[in-house]
Amino acid sequence: MRNLPNARTLIFGLLVHSFVCGNAFAASEADFKQAYAAADAAERQAGTLRNQWLVTEAALTDAKKAAEKGDFDRAVAAAKEAEALAKASIFQAESEKEVWKNLEIR
Amino acid sequence: MASSIRVRAIANGETTEVQTLIQHPMDSGFIKNDKGDFIPAHYITELAFEHNGKPVFVADWGTAVSKDPYVKFAFKGATKGDDLKVSWIDNKGESDTATFKVQ
Amino acid sequence: MAHVDGAGKRVSMRWLSILLAALLPAATCAAAADDTDPAKEARAFRDFFVKKFPNVKLDDFANGPYSLNEDMRRQWEEKEQFPPYEFSLESGKELFAKPFANGKHYADCFTNSGIGVRQNYPQFDVKSSKVITLELALNQCREANGENAISYTGEDMAALTAYMAFTSRGKPFDIKIPDDPRARAAYENGKRYFYTRRGQLNFSCATCHVQNPGERLRAEVLAPALGILNAMPIYRSEWGGMGTVSRRFITCNSQVRGVPLEPQAEDYRDLEYFLSYVANGLPISGPGSRP
Repeated sequence: MRNLPNARTLIFGLLVHSFVCGNAFAASEADFKQAYAAADAAERQAGTLRNQWLVTEAALTDAKKAAEKGDFDRAVAAAKEAEALAKASIFQAESEKEVWKNLEIR
Repeated sequence: MASSIRVRAIANGETTEVQTLIQHPMDSGFIKNDKGDFIPAHYITELAFEHNGKPVFVADWGTAVSKDPYVKFAFKGATKGDDLKVSWIDNKGESDTATFKVQ
Repeated sequence: MAHVDGAGKRVSMRWLSILLAALLPAATCAAAADDTDPAKEARAFRDFFVKKFPNVKLDDFANGPYSLNEDMRRQWEEKEQFPPYEFSLESGKELFAKPFANGKHYADCFTNSGIGVRQNYPQFDVKSSKVITLELALNQCREANGENAISYTGEDMAALTAYMAFTSRGKPFDIKIPDDPRARAAYENGKRYFYTRRGQLNFSCATCHVQNPGERLRAEVLAPALGILNAMPIYRSEWGGMGTVSRRFITCNSQVRGVPLEPQAEDYRDLEYFLSYVANGLPISGPGSRP
C-alpha cells in the first residue's frame, strides 16, 4: 500500500525535479521562439557563406516538431543545439578562407 | 523494343564461356520511393540457358540479386555456330527470351 | 590606436592608415596575379600523384580506384566486356539523336555535331562570364531551342553525357583558361573549393582524394584526385544506376554532412573546371563504372 505524498512534499519534489532538469521552470513557447530565431539567424548566415551542415538543419526541424507537439523543453534544447552547430559551421567557413591553402599541392 | 538480354558466348576448345547482361529492375520490395511508399518487389525468379534443347545453366533468383544482373559461366559440349537460348521469368509473370550464336 | 616606429617617434595615425589603405589592396592584387600559374600548378598536381604512386602509368589515373587496387581492377576489367552502363549509353545515343519540337538537334549546339568534344568541357565563356560544363551546355541547348531544362541529377542527363563521353574515349582532356582575369578567378575558386574543409565531418575534397587515395573509406577504395572526372558520368553499383558530375558533387557534400549546393552552382562548375584542367593530357575514360 503506497502512502500518498502530502502537498509540501509534492511541491518540494517538483522544484527538485526542475533544478535537476536544469531549469527553474519548464521552457515556454516564448523561450522556444527566441531560441529558434537565434538558431535560424545563425543558419542563414552560414547559408550566405554556402557552408551549412545537414545536422544543423536536422536540429532545426527537430526543434520545430517538438514545439508543434508542445514539448518546449525539447524544442529549446534542439534550437540551442542548432545554434551551436550553425555557429561552428560559420567558424569553419571563416577560418577555412585562409587555412585551405595549407592543404594545397604546390 | 530492344531485348533485355545481352549475351556473348565464346567457344574456346571444349569450353564455351558465356557472359550475360540482363536489363531488369530487380526491385526487392524493401525500398521506398520519394513518396514513402514501398516499391513493389519485381525480380527475376528463374533464368535458364539452353543449348541444343538441353538446359546448361539454370538459376533460381530472389531479391538478393541487384539491378541489371550480370552472369558469367562456362559449359562444355558446344561448338562455334551453335544456338544458345536464354530466357527469364519474373515474379510478375513477365518474361523475355532470346537466342544467340556461340562464337 | 597609435603606431610607434623604430625610432621611437609617433607616426601620425592618419597618414599611416591612408598609406596602408593605398598600398595593401595593390600589393594583394599584384601578388594574386603573379602567384597563380595554373599550368605550373597543374604540373605540380600531376607530379604529386606520380611521385606518390610510382607504379601507376600516368594515363591510368583516369581509372580512379582501379589504378590503385589490383583485385578491384581485375573485376572491373571483366565487367568492361559487358559494362553496366551499356543501357544508359544506348539510351543516351537515342536521346542525343532525337530532334527537339522545333526540328533542331543537340548536334546543332556543339562543334563537330557534339561528337568527340567532351574533352573540351568545361569551358570558360567570356561573354556570359561563367564556366560552362557539358551538363550546362546541354540544358542551354535545350532552352535555346524551346525545350525545358532536364534535371542535372537525373537519368537522361547521365545518359546524354555518357554518350558524349563515349565518343571522346581516349581523347586527352584539353581544358583552356583564356587570358582573362575572370577565367583565372573561376579556376582559383574551383581550386579553393577543392581544398576547403566543409561539413560537420570537416573534410575537404583533398582530405580524401589527395591525402588518402588508395585507402579505404568503409568498403570503398578512394580514387586519386588526378583524373577523377575523366570517367564521368559513372554507373555506380551503390546507386544502381548512372550518375552525373552534379550528382556526385552533391552526394560527396552530403557524405561529409554538408548541405549541398544546387546542381551546377557556381562553386560546382568552378570545381569541375579546376579538376578537369589539372587532368589535362589524361584520356577521357567515360562513361565509367564504380562500386
